[in-house]
Amino acid sequence: MDDFKPQIVAFCCTNCASSAAKVSHGMKKALPDNVKIIQVPCTGRIETLHLLKPFEEGADGVYVAGCQADSCQYIGGITKAAKRVAQVKGILEGLSIEPERIDVFHLSAGKGQEFVEVADRMVNTVKGLGPVLTAPNRN
Amino acid sequence: MIVAESKPIKELLEMVKGFKKILVVGCKGCVTVCNVGGAKEVAILASTIRISGKKEGLDLVVGEHTLERQCDPEYIDELKDIIGDYDAVISIACGVGPQFISERYPATKVFPGVNTKFMGGAVEHGVWSERCAGCGTCVVHLFGGLCPIARCSKSLLNGPCGGSSNGKCEISSDVECIWDTIVLKMMEQDRLDELMEFRPPKSWTTARDGGPRKMIREELVK
Repeated sequence: MDDFKPQIVAFCCTNCASSAAKVSHGMKKALPDNVKIIQVPCTGRIETLHLLKPFEEGADGVYVAGCQADSCQYIGGITKAAKRVAQVKGILEGLSIEPERIDVFHLSAGKGQEFVEVADRMVNTVKGLGPVLTAPNRN
Repeated sequence: MIVAESKPIKELLEMVKGFKKILVVGCKGCVTVCNVGGAKEVAILASTIRISGKKEGLDLVVGEHTLERQCDPEYIDELKDIIGDYDAVISIACGVGPQFISERYPATKVFPGVNTKFMGGAVEHGVWSERCAGCGTCVVHLFGGLCPIARCSKSLLNGPCGGSSNGKCEISSDVECIWDTIVLKMMEQDRLDELMEFRPPKSWTTARDGGPRKMIREELVK
């Protein structure tokens, strides 16, 4: 398990999480290279299917990084995303896959350090869980 | 619309266990409107089955197709060129869909992907409520435009019963007593006297109790 490097997909809001990523870059804080960032205009646009597809393609974990609940530019984007994350947790449980493989995080634009910490936390959580798919299917 | 809900994924996977090529068929009718069986939900279910297959190390082929409606034979015909490529079909239309597919393609193994619940409407985003019991003889005009057959727990025609309390039904504080609402509405419309008229027991022969129903309209029959 020690050499297992989980593949993580992160959906990040342009307005907060992505700004936090820039701040972290400026702080020379490196994001783990096994976290693939997908920037979205608002996390409210992320559909249930978007959250499932990475698992279908071999990802071991997925997370959504969006705004604080009360500071979404589009009012309720992150709240909607959180509900869809909860739905996917239910789907994963139905498949006997650990629901901890998907999560949602609230960030502010200036939280560069926290942005990296969230990525590290997710990598560690998923690393502890091991690969989601059986070996022959892993890319 | 006909309102349905997805079957638990575990139940569904158990149904199609052993099948390697599965076609998920959606419907653009009622189940699209209640967000349970349209193209979007077809994609979600297909993806879920694929993830399950990969997790179990199975080489599953999962196809996706959404028909205009599954309750009209001409649309069911659309499947004729692809259905033979699959071992099993999951229909996520209401209960009509899997039956129409089974009847049209007798050799195909068809499974229902949703549980059909009731005829109703959206009372708010993401919330649906029953409105019609399909009794075959509509009487809502006698009750202020509200249906006590579908919406009263006892389907009373001469209500309310003693279980009505503060506008709620005794079966649950989440259930509105429709008779309370009917009385208030008739009072507002100054028609309360109409409720004094005794409504005799309804004939249920036009409802499901009369056996499976069929409707023929000669002017439309070819």
